[in-house]
Amino acid sequence: MAIWRSCSLRASMALRKTAVHAPFRALATQPPSELKKTGLYDFHVSNGAKMVPFAGYSMPLAYGDVGQVASHNHVRTRVGLFDVGHMVQSIFRGPTATAFLEWLTPSSLSSLQPYSSTLSVLLNERGGIIDDTIITKHAEDAFYVVTNAGRRERDLSWFADRLAEWNAGESGAKGPVEMELLEDWGLLALQGPEAASYLQALTSFDLKTLTFGKSAFLPIEGFNLHVARGGYTGEDGFEISIPPSQTVEVAMLLSKAPVQLTGLGARDSLRLEAGMCLYGSDLDEDTTPVEGGLTWVIGKERKERGTFIGAEGVRAHLRDGPPRRRVGFVVEGAPARQGAKIFDPATKQLLGTITSGIPSPTLGQNIAMGYVLSGAGWQKKGAAVEIEVRGKMRAASVVGMPFVKPRYWRG
Amino acid sequence: MQAILRQARASPLLRPQLASPRVFRASRLSRTLVTKRYTVEHEAVEFDDATGLGVVYITDHAQASLGDVVFVELPTVGTEVTKGDQIGAVESVKAASDIYAPVSGTIEEVNEGLADQPGLLNKSPEAQGWLCKIKLSEPAQMEKLLSEEAYKESWA
Repeated sequence: MAIWRSCSLRASMALRKTAVHAPFRALATQPPSELKKTGLYDFHVSNGAKMVPFAGYSMPLAYGDVGQVASHNHVRTRVGLFDVGHMVQSIFRGPTATAFLEWLTPSSLSSLQPYSSTLSVLLNERGGIIDDTIITKHAEDAFYVVTNAGRRERDLSWFADRLAEWNAGESGAKGPVEMELLEDWGLLALQGPEAASYLQALTSFDLKTLTFGKSAFLPIEGFNLHVARGGYTGEDGFEISIPPSQTVEVAMLLSKAPVQLTGLGARDSLRLEAGMCLYGSDLDEDTTPVEGGLTWVIGKERKERGTFIGAEGVRAHLRDGPPRRRVGFVVEGAPARQGAKIFDPATKQLLGTITSGIPSPTLGQNIAMGYVLSGAGWQKKGAAVEIEVRGKMRAASVVGMPFVKPRYWRG
Repeated sequence: MQAILRQARASPLLRPQLASPRVFRASRLSRTLVTKRYTVEHEAVEFDDATGLGVVYITDHAQASLGDVVFVELPTVGTEVTKGDQIGAVESVKAASDIYAPVSGTIEEVNEGLADQPGLLNKSPEAQGWLCKIKLSEPAQMEKLLSEEAYKESWA
């Protein structure tokens, strides 16, 4: 904790004045075609990565001759390392930080234990999802927040505007909240059933005590790094936040055999098997958490009385049921991908649209997620539908998610 | 030609069609000519003027870019197709890629082996992972397709 504070405070000296404006200035002077790089760009290239544009960054799709299925399977059976340093890491600090973030999200952050994380959503005034995010509470007055690279501009301006509003009002008078962007910090995800044994060999910290959803500062071979147990694959794993100057060294430390460097291709198939959403495909600003199947992120005591932005829209969907609902499908024959239309087999009535779909490497079945009209039973497990793929109707049925059972470490 | 002969031995499916070039080489009596042409959509057609059949497959470059192929959708035998029609698709985990008819004609045969072993398309896109055979209605269309050099220039 001490190290985090000292690092981030040092950073904030320089960032405080520019933290909020810097990204926009950068965007304004950068032609849109110019891709940003994470601190590991050269590391990827030297490891044979095929780099592709993703969320404004040049990111590794795959490495060398390792195919997507082999790469995917390696994470399911052994361990893989992902560079997720394009994601936006920030710290919210101040006496009213808990209340501020409970205004921005429907999560119960006051009851969250210190050094615990939760999936959450930033909501607009209508209750639509601006972004999904992982919020880690360090203390009542300090939170570590990770948001999506693809939503960087929207999220940062939202944070800046809401902070200004908060700090100018009654709540801010009790104690202002400041946000600090961990600009250029590294973020690595070590994922797979062998992740814990690999990391354990590098730290004196007993990883058995760090259960899913917990985080801690770990001494790792002379570094002191923030490590959160969790990830985006459904496997046991860790997300490790690293100061800019140490990122390459830590990546080298974490990528020895049996660890395999893993790109965006496998990342997408792994997260989809785990039933996790990709913002922009499966979630957007016209979707409430209730429609998105994320009602569970709303704190119990906050459903009725919570005063968060967008509460009215969310509460209407909780009360009346959402007009549509995100569900999982298994599709016969061809894989149904984003944009495929879902129909009632009997009446051919349009029921909704697929938002993500792949042939699942783990299951050998075509899996997909999408939205169907809610209220007439289409969202229920076992509901039989048809999905149009290249002009042909394919039989599909609604199944529960995750598609592949998660294997988190719960102690 | 060497390559074609190698495939003929490797693939029993191609034997009836590719027996002729071997005869041609041996006796010089046959007038059979096998030509191979490419499209910018990364497909190729190997046309045998004795049978009037064109074997359609995706190029090695295409299979390498696609990655592990897990599903192949093929046209129905007997379907009449016009050059440019979408006649199927090749799916990897990453993406779906449409297959277009490189020439006009009638689908005479499809590679049934791909239903159980779509991976053949990666292992051997030409010999074992071929997609379908089209009886060309306008063999002259072959002339309009790309030569191997022109194809390679199209993406290199």
